[in-house]
Amino acid sequence: MQVIKFAFLSVFPINDSARVFTNDQSPETRRYQVEGNKSFMSIIIAEKLNKFYPVSTRQPGIQGTINHFFRRTYRSIPAVQDITFTIETGEIVGFLGPNGAGKTTTLKMLTGLIHPSKGTVKVGGFIPFNRQEAFLQKITLVMGQKQQLIWDLPALDSLRINAAVYNISDKEFQRRVGELTEMLALEGKLTQPVRKLSLGERMKAELLAALLHRPQVLFLDEPTLGLDVNAQAGVRNFLKEYNQLYQATILLTSHYMADITALCERVLLIHQGKLMYDGRLDGLLENFAPYREIYVELAQALPLEKLISYGDVQMLEGRRVRFIVQQEAMTRTVSRILADLEVIDLTVTEPPVEEVIGRVFQKGFNH
Amino acid sequence: MKKIVKKSLTLLSVYYANLLEYRSELIFWVLAGSLPIIMMGIWMQAAGSGQFAFKSVDFARYFFAVFLARQITVVWVIYDFEKEVLEGKLSPKLLQPLDPVWHHVANHLAERVARMPFVLLLAALFFVLYPQAFWLPSITNLFLFILAAIMVFALRFIIQYTFAMFAFWTERAAALENLWLLFFVFLSGLIAPLDVFPENIRNIVMFTPFPYMINFPASILVGLPVDLTRGFLSISGWFLIFFGVNRFLWRRGMKKYSGMGA
Repeated sequence: MQVIKFAFLSVFPINDSARVFTNDQSPETRRYQVEGNKSFMSIIIAEKLNKFYPVSTRQPGIQGTINHFFRRTYRSIPAVQDITFTIETGEIVGFLGPNGAGKTTTLKMLTGLIHPSKGTVKVGGFIPFNRQEAFLQKITLVMGQKQQLIWDLPALDSLRINAAVYNISDKEFQRRVGELTEMLALEGKLTQPVRKLSLGERMKAELLAALLHRPQVLFLDEPTLGLDVNAQAGVRNFLKEYNQLYQATILLTSHYMADITALCERVLLIHQGKLMYDGRLDGLLENFAPYREIYVELAQALPLEKLISYGDVQMLEGRRVRFIVQQEAMTRTVSRILADLEVIDLTVTEPPVEEVIGRVFQKGFNH
Repeated sequence: MKKIVKKSLTLLSVYYANLLEYRSELIFWVLAGSLPIIMMGIWMQAAGSGQFAFKSVDFARYFFAVFLARQITVVWVIYDFEKEVLEGKLSPKLLQPLDPVWHHVANHLAERVARMPFVLLLAALFFVLYPQAFWLPSITNLFLFILAAIMVFALRFIIQYTFAMFAFWTERAAALENLWLLFFVFLSGLIAPLDVFPENIRNIVMFTPFPYMINFPASILVGLPVDLTRGFLSISGWFLIFFGVNRFLWRRGMKKYSGMGA
């Protein structure tokens, strides 16, 4: 894990085309486009996208409950605010942000499941919300938590339905299934009932079903959720191969940093519905995540006061401590801990992307 | 056209295969629809002691026909649809170039095919146990019964699918179906033939869709006098009304669904 992280930070040079947005910038100045204005050929164009949700409000107590029953008051909660970006054909872009940041809402506007409250969106030249057949033939949405395959039947049966729905001929169906089965290493699995498949196999079969109509734009919401390391790597490799083979455009969200680092050169960072960063991944981490986690198991429990001098104590449970330290202070801190304290075990990791982003947002964007 | 046929056949065959995974449940689903058989026992008892236009054997045949009509027209789309909306499973289906309703229609039709052998088996058993009730309907009546039953299935489906649309606004859309079912049970001819209803009540009931759902096809099959034109026109008319409401609610519901975050 660490090796990968450290490696990519040194491999990728800092890219100055990245744009960091601060809260006080006006929407106009947030506009970011890759290498000038290429929107006329961009496959995904989102311009000043906004989505507000009505949320009912209720005062606490009996009176509030009664009022709520008879007359509900709603207020509008912004889920996505003035998001502008373009994505070119063949790009793989990571969509990052803490839970509730507006990632899924944006994906839903891009796929046409929901209508933007304000702003415009175009995917492959279509307005997604119209859900024209030609548009639907071009895109796919995979949600890691929602399965489409019929549970009690072999995946092949669900694939047959998809083939019929997307008007794929029998011959072409055989060819595509053969090809995708090989790419996903699913040989022999498609004839087993879906319920008998492992989580990893099932996710791969879901991907196969979602890609049978050979979409050019893939929207993936947590495609590796809950998978073990091998299965995650399998899905990642497949996505990369698919992207190269068909010049497919991929926009994916993931909580696993490894997915993002392996696949995406470019990331969009969203927080509280606003686009905060659009640019290369290495630039993001350099800018926002100069932290490391040091996990220490001590020979004996120590009070908090004795530990805070080494770094930010994030967790203290008996003999187990987790520190958060600045990246540049990492080596020094580890040496100090090892010299001063009686240590049984020590591990250094990069904090999960959620946590990194969370910390960044807590402390603001004034880096 | 060829594409439509292929889509339909694929959907039907896959959903049929899926239902065969539940073969033991199928027999229970068939038995769950045996309320008419219970009602038959009650009415045959009553026929022996009271003054009714129906003789004991007439009640037996009527409720047997009710049983068949119910088996052909049973619908449960609201429960599936409600689940799809609440669990967000509708979303991926909306991104396919096929209206999600066709999955439900195919599932119902496939279930009907899977259910039929059990229904016929039960029918045979019924006549073995009660041979006096056996009769052969005329070809015309049999044909009209099948036609009416298919149309009633379409009507019941569209009505329930229309109630299902309320899943976009409330988490308990099936409650509407339960209320509707109350009227259905009493007014459709399910617990008593309409011929034994007082005349003025019957006249009012005939303006609702209920009697055409059970009493109408069952009466055709056993050869009771029915107004065929009025029956078929009523079924078609109610179908069109609910179809219109359904499409209206679907469009409004789509906006609502997307408004709440799909």
